[in-house]
Amino acid sequence: MHEVRIHGRGGQGAVLASAILATALVEEGRHVMAIPAFGFERRGAPVVAFLRFDDRVIRQVTNIYKPDMVMVIDPTVARSVDVFAGTPAGSLLVQATQKAATELVVPANVSRVAVCNAVHIALDVFKRPITNTIMLGAFAKATGLVSVASLERALEHTDFRDAGLAQNIEAVRRGFAETSVLDLGRAAA
Amino acid sequence: MSKTVVIDGNEAAAWGAALSRPDMVAVYPITPQSSLVEYLAKFIADGRMEAELMDVEGEHSVLSVLHGACLAGARTYSATSAQGLAYMFEPYFRTPGLRLPIVISLVTRDAVSPQCVWGGQQDAMTVKEVGWIQMYCETQQEICDTIPIAYKVAEHPEVMLPANVCHDGNYLSFGVARVDLPDQALVDSFLGEKNINWHACLDPSRPMAIDPLTGGTAGGGPASFVRYRKGLCDGMQTALKVIVEAHEDWGRRTGRYWAPLIEEYRMEDAEVALVTIGSMSGAAKDAVDEARLDGHKMGLVKIKTFRPFPVAAMVRALAKVRAVGVVDRAVSFGWNSGPVFQEVLAALYHLPLRIPAMSFIGGLAGADITVEHFARAIDRTQRLANGEMAVGPVWLNEND
Repeated sequence: MHEVRIHGRGGQGAVLASAILATALVEEGRHVMAIPAFGFERRGAPVVAFLRFDDRVIRQVTNIYKPDMVMVIDPTVARSVDVFAGTPAGSLLVQATQKAATELVVPANVSRVAVCNAVHIALDVFKRPITNTIMLGAFAKATGLVSVASLERALEHTDFRDAGLAQNIEAVRRGFAETSVLDLGRAAA
Repeated sequence: MSKTVVIDGNEAAAWGAALSRPDMVAVYPITPQSSLVEYLAKFIADGRMEAELMDVEGEHSVLSVLHGACLAGARTYSATSAQGLAYMFEPYFRTPGLRLPIVISLVTRDAVSPQCVWGGQQDAMTVKEVGWIQMYCETQQEICDTIPIAYKVAEHPEVMLPANVCHDGNYLSFGVARVDLPDQALVDSFLGEKNINWHACLDPSRPMAIDPLTGGTAGGGPASFVRYRKGLCDGMQTALKVIVEAHEDWGRRTGRYWAPLIEEYRMEDAEVALVTIGSMSGAAKDAVDEARLDGHKMGLVKIKTFRPFPVAAMVRALAKVRAVGVVDRAVSFGWNSGPVFQEVLAALYHLPLRIPAMSFIGGLAGADITVEHFARAIDRTQRLANGEMAVGPVWLNEND
């Protein structure tokens, strides 16, 4: 089982991203349990969404405390919250940033870093800094555990409030194409 | 053909309702139920559902509208939570006595004050003595499946009682998982010919007084009231059998055999047991597996049907254990324990031996009950079995 924690800010679509990723993973025959953390939601405040996926039925209907995959869809939210909290050795970070992977400071239990300049792509595609579906493309590139084709089929099942299907398909494709992955040469757990 | 979708529990409930083809739904939004009734409105607007939707000014009107519709022979549905249920209480109390087979989803939420909009079972537990059937779901799939089952039970001629299908606010209402939507023809065939309220149908050509004045001390008054009350109790007891039959029928048609009254998990040789209810049960089962790996003979009993309380099944399940830990997602203020704990104690009184038991309370106001919390509850219940005194209740999130 993999446990994913998605960090973003209210209004960026972190919760919707977890539901789209869940749908894409089911397209590939997996079982999922995606739960949004809840609190005093407001635009711009740090938000978190959780996603478990496995080849077997998942029974735990709980939040995630030890994610082996962390996806950060906002470049600045890591200044406000500890996005690495609870991560075990051998974890993955997928980060929206204009920095190169080698420039990021990550703790020793992170063994792979994937970076994507998602805000730049978002301003290009959506004319607004909405990065959620771009980062799903980045997640696909970083993990190899979900295909762009499955993500595109999941997008077809999604009601978008702020953008069209074609734009979001382009967003996923560009996120996948413009993500670079760096293995840090550290052992997995 | 069934269809696999990836949806949250509120959408699963909306699908369960839509597939049951209600004639009338009345709605008023409240967190965490709101998206459920929004899905119903969308299904109707999209032409996927033929029900008439009445958007009323509050929950008292929601249930009053359903009373009228149900008395006229309609299949009816709504959903509510916490303060909405509180505002609905006056007609809610009337519904079982009128023997109206209305189905309402309770998207369970903690009760205020203190102010809170998140999950907990305080709302549903507070109305446990009113005469509604209550079934609690563990997963999104079970929510979708249980709503048609609830209609089958509620409308059974020997039951004729309202039913609440309960699912946990937040964790199930907004949690997303894969759900196989049953085919419409399957649900149609399962529910059969619609025949609701044959005993009291509003018909201008056949005027009839509904809900006559009963009771008092004058001639036959006490006996008339007792007759209605006994009838309601009999209907509840009959429901236990009908709930089992309806779940078996559903299982034969879908391949999904949900435990109708209680689910016994690894209880065959269990010496110590946890009792759980609702979506917490999955993490509890994982914790039981871990205890088993450590060599402990641990088991779990999950309650699906809480009203009527499955006394015989519970007694059978717990007869041979040395200690029981009951995990509640609500508080019984009068007993300083969880409400399910008191129910389990009452059932255990049917046994000749006294089995030590302890109350654990967790998951209030949206708090999480994790595998680690359950591991603590298991450890404490094992110490209870080994002679350590019971204390209680244990508040699982006290230090979170």
